[in-house]
Amino acid sequence: MTLLHVRNLSVGFPTPDGVVHAVNDISFSINAGETLAIVGESGSGKTVTNLALMGLLNNNTAQISGTATFQSHDGEIDLLGIEGSKLQKYRGRDISMIFQDPMSSLHPYYSIGDQIIEAHQVHNQVEPEVSRQRAIELLGLVGIPDPASRVDSYPHQFSGGMRQRVMIAMALVNNPSLLIADEPTTALDVTVQAQILNLLKDLQSEFKMAIILITHDLGVVAGAADNVNVMYAGRIVESANVFDLYAKPSMPYTQGLLDSIPRLDQPHTNRLSAIPGQPPSMISLPPGCSFAPRCSRKDEVAGGRCSLELPELTLRSASHSARCFISEGVAVK
Amino acid sequence: MLSYISRRLGVTLLILLGVSFTVYVIFAFLPFDPAALTCGKNCNDPGIIEANRHRLGYDLPFFTQYWNFIKGLFVGSSYGMGAALINCPAPSLGYSFREHACVSSIIGEALPVTLSLALGALVLWLVVGIGLGVLAARYKGKIVDSASTVFVLIGTSLPTFLTGLMLLVFVVIKWRWLPFPAGNYTPFLEDPYEWAQILFLPWVTLAFAYAALYTRFVRSAVIETSNEDYIRTARAKGLPEGTILGKHTLRSALAPIVTMAGLDFAGLLGGAILTESVFNLPGLGRLAIGSVIEYDLPIIVATTLLAAAIVVLMNLVVDIAYAFIDPRVRIA
Repeated sequence: MTLLHVRNLSVGFPTPDGVVHAVNDISFSINAGETLAIVGESGSGKTVTNLALMGLLNNNTAQISGTATFQSHDGEIDLLGIEGSKLQKYRGRDISMIFQDPMSSLHPYYSIGDQIIEAHQVHNQVEPEVSRQRAIELLGLVGIPDPASRVDSYPHQFSGGMRQRVMIAMALVNNPSLLIADEPTTALDVTVQAQILNLLKDLQSEFKMAIILITHDLGVVAGAADNVNVMYAGRIVESANVFDLYAKPSMPYTQGLLDSIPRLDQPHTNRLSAIPGQPPSMISLPPGCSFAPRCSRKDEVAGGRCSLELPELTLRSASHSARCFISEGVAVK
Repeated sequence: MLSYISRRLGVTLLILLGVSFTVYVIFAFLPFDPAALTCGKNCNDPGIIEANRHRLGYDLPFFTQYWNFIKGLFVGSSYGMGAALINCPAPSLGYSFREHACVSSIIGEALPVTLSLALGALVLWLVVGIGLGVLAARYKGKIVDSASTVFVLIGTSLPTFLTGLMLLVFVVIKWRWLPFPAGNYTPFLEDPYEWAQILFLPWVTLAFAYAALYTRFVRSAVIETSNEDYIRTARAKGLPEGTILGKHTLRSALAPIVTMAGLDFAGLLGGAILTESVFNLPGLGRLAIGSVIEYDLPIIVATTLLAAAIVVLMNLVVDIAYAFIDPRVRIA
């Protein structure tokens, strides 16, 4: 069952220098219970995409277009078309979000219990004591030791990893069908990263929820995702089942990302390769492929077409599409 | 929490002792002879001067004088002997020969005036400053925001004495909306209506400048806090905008206001000199100015000490209040 279907989502931020096209006409969908990873470097539009879906972008500063059909607990809604005040009752109930920096995502003045109880109370007409029991239950589920007493602790009494667990508990308190995890492990130690990812995986099967995992780390993606969208300069440049993506990356940018990760099966004396150059300005995108200025293989396509014409996102196989002339088979050489 | 309060209390007592000593040293070594000042500016009779010096204890060694001063605070003090014996009950701050009264009773009369003035102004400027600041932040760039900017500009640039005089000229003399405040301060317990009527313009005058400062501060604090990650979290939970602003944003944004308000209030309690002078209110500020002009040393010492003590004590109150607001202070 398709849980969320995003069509032609674009987000622009008008500035004095021109409109910053943070997200350009992207479409994707996610099924109930599966994990979709969105991968890309900083500024590629991953976070903006999801903030737009959550209705967390300021309408005064962002121009949003497109549709996002979502199966909520009371029927189908368009996350992008719905009024802000109506979207509010789905936020935190049907869709939850956890953020990159757990150190600053919790209110320092309220106990974690209060914050989780608040999240439960706002969507459920129950006695506060019921919400409190629910909070304790969730804290136990996410691996907080002695949850019944820790529920009254304050955020500053927890480590970063523990705070992210608290954020996860808060996000799951209303059994959401979709969890958006925006770089949930970026601010954490590597050992803690693995714990949090495993926790998310365990909870996913328990709560039967879909996860959109935003990350820049393809290592994280390999272990956690079912499908992957690779984003570059506000566009999806490759979209595939996770196995296909690693086996047959069909876009030089994806290849570049994979090459920049150290691998155990490569001699450790090899230098890691980096992608040269910078992402383009989002105010004036190049007319052709956004990645062309940095692409080492653009000369394989005749007539400098990569720099002149934007390739479409086309199918490579049933579960694999890419935005590249080379893998499209038009390469001449 | 209790250990935090008792720790802060101990430090405060030490600071107060230090302050009292410093103030006493400064005044003891001023180039005035306090005894000579007791019998008028043109008093030339060395006999009277020496007698007064002895009666007031100014002939004792410095540390004995300081000790007597501190002792007087707790057990009261007496001056002279026989029929001319003057008793000042505790807390005694000395005896003013110019006013022929114990300093503490003079201050006891002036303090309620200043307290009424400062308290009313505090309430007024907090309501206006926080209200307008929150509105300006909420409707950033809109007409409310621009209007608040104008208000801030006027409020911060108009000096208190000008605001006060203009209010007097227009509200009282020209438009006759309020009766002329004839300097007859009425205590609240005697006649609350009269009390408020006399203090209304002084409140507005004082509050105007502070309200402008607070508006600017609250506006930027609210805008800054609105960009915090935990506010985004609150929104992601699906909380209504009112709850986000009222519970999450304001709690953080207004915490520094407690510090600011506490210290500004303490500053005013030391005497709102200009406002009291313009409106002819017999408060601490006017008392302090009068005593300086008249070289009334015991009153100068007492008002200075009182102002300092109020600031120190208010700091303590603010620190304790902060511990209630911010758990990171409490459980540290």
